[in-house]
Amino acid sequence: MRKFKEFLIEKLIFICGLASIFFVILIFLFLTKEGLAVFKYVNPVDFLMGKSWYPISEPAQLGILPLIFGSLIVTLGAAIISIPIGIACAVYIAEVAPSKIKEVLKSGIELLAAIPSVVLGFIGMVTLVPWVKTVFHLPTGLTALSGSIILAFMAMPTIVSIAEDALYSVPKSYKEGAFALGATHWQTIYRVLLPAASSGIVAAVMLGIGRVIGETMAVMMITGNAAVIPQSILVPVRTLTATIAAEMGEAVVGSEHYFALFAIGIVLFIMSFIINVTADLFLHKRH
Amino acid sequence: MKKDVVQKLGFSLIFLCILTTVFFLGTIIYFIFVKGAPIISWDFLTKVPRNAMTEGGVAPIIAGTFYLTLGAMIFSVPLGLACAIYICEYSPKSFIVNIIRISINNLAGVPSVVFGLFGLAVFVNFLGFGVSILSGSLTLGILALPLIISASQEALVAVPHSIREASLSLGASKWETIKRIVLPAALPGILTGVILSVGRVAGETAPILFTAAAFYKRGYPKNIFNEAMALPYHIYALMTEGAHPDKQKAVAYGCSLVLLLLVLFISGFAIILRQRQRSSYAQ
Repeated sequence: MRKFKEFLIEKLIFICGLASIFFVILIFLFLTKEGLAVFKYVNPVDFLMGKSWYPISEPAQLGILPLIFGSLIVTLGAAIISIPIGIACAVYIAEVAPSKIKEVLKSGIELLAAIPSVVLGFIGMVTLVPWVKTVFHLPTGLTALSGSIILAFMAMPTIVSIAEDALYSVPKSYKEGAFALGATHWQTIYRVLLPAASSGIVAAVMLGIGRVIGETMAVMMITGNAAVIPQSILVPVRTLTATIAAEMGEAVVGSEHYFALFAIGIVLFIMSFIINVTADLFLHKRH
Repeated sequence: MKKDVVQKLGFSLIFLCILTTVFFLGTIIYFIFVKGAPIISWDFLTKVPRNAMTEGGVAPIIAGTFYLTLGAMIFSVPLGLACAIYICEYSPKSFIVNIIRISINNLAGVPSVVFGLFGLAVFVNFLGFGVSILSGSLTLGILALPLIISASQEALVAVPHSIREASLSLGASKWETIKRIVLPAALPGILTGVILSVGRVAGETAPILFTAAAFYKRGYPKNIFNEAMALPYHIYALMTEGAHPDKQKAVAYGCSLVLLLLVLFISGFAIILRQRQRSSYAQ
């Protein structure tokens, strides 16, 4: 009887253990089930490379290139801001900060991660957007740049905490060796610790970028949502995520617009899958 | 000599970076507190909204967020915990655990709006739950799953092996050992993870956009098949819809402060709890 109960519980827990695999597959299945239907209306090349996104005109034009560019430019901007600052913060926390300040900063970074994206979007709308408008003399402050700045700080917690872990796990002997050879603390960080932790730092950057590409609410609220291929970082853009979030409410279930939004979901899912698997490889190279 | 100058310069530079980040965090919190604090009153927290959302309170909206979060936790905590137990206690390092680990990482990386799409396709349309608290909770629950699994896993791994072996050698079965020995020891860590994910789930907007949220609904949600208003969605809607942008902006400040306080309080609590645990493990 007792054996039987053990057996039952073990099987039950095993089934629960498979839940995450189950959900990943289920998400992919449902996305493809709804999303691939769009290719009855438009061929995949035109979908990915088409330059105009007018989903409700007659006939609908479903080219997501402007949206891909929108996502890319916002992500690139965020990466340029957040990678150097994020790695510098990680170095400061891991190497330079006194232990008391270190704990405070770590908690601070975690609080930054805890702020809901809609709150960041809201604050961006009321503070950053008018500021960008005045500083650059633009007709509107709802630009890719505003989005990049907010997103940079949303990627920061991911980058800082993973990069800090990577720096922390560099063996102490490396550092002592460098000191013994007469290197300064800065030289040790720059020449020894950063290269030794590089695969973890690359993973940190990738996961941070993954976070940026997938971010929805803040981006939708502050990038202006214009579905045209951006010529500079100071114009309104529309990202892949914002398109889904903004348009799904109006799309009729079963229309080509509805299918197209799911197809964008597939694109995002594949992007995040590639980023995560690659980051995972980098993280495990370390061990 | 030159080395020292370079070192000073380098350290100043990274100090500047940390200042930027702290400044950014400080600005956000400052703005929301300064602009939001005058809006918040007892009435704001306990009354229903009136006059096209520009007057009255936000009580049903807070209630909506509470129900959605509670529903998500009821779904994801048992499942996530069981998954963590399987990974840490039952399965040796095997192929399947590797696959599970990769899927957890991927689930954690899936953009939140894609969870929304999934919820729309499966819970709202396929299973026919409609736009409802149930659909929203399940969608948020799947989003919370990887957070809960990783936190529980960390807590389980931290339990020393020797006490498991002691229990087994006394004749306890595997499940008895887990239930009576391992879980109680790991409970504080698991709790921390759960609390942190509550904070995350309460602030998520994109997954509930098409699965649960409504901009305006009269009164409180009555059952799990009702649509609900929720704090994060409400902030978004106040800023993008409606006919009174200025008055709505004031309410949005109030809602942001409520949401921020809620989330910061929850996360702060979890962070303190965890630091206590760390020091107790160290002893």
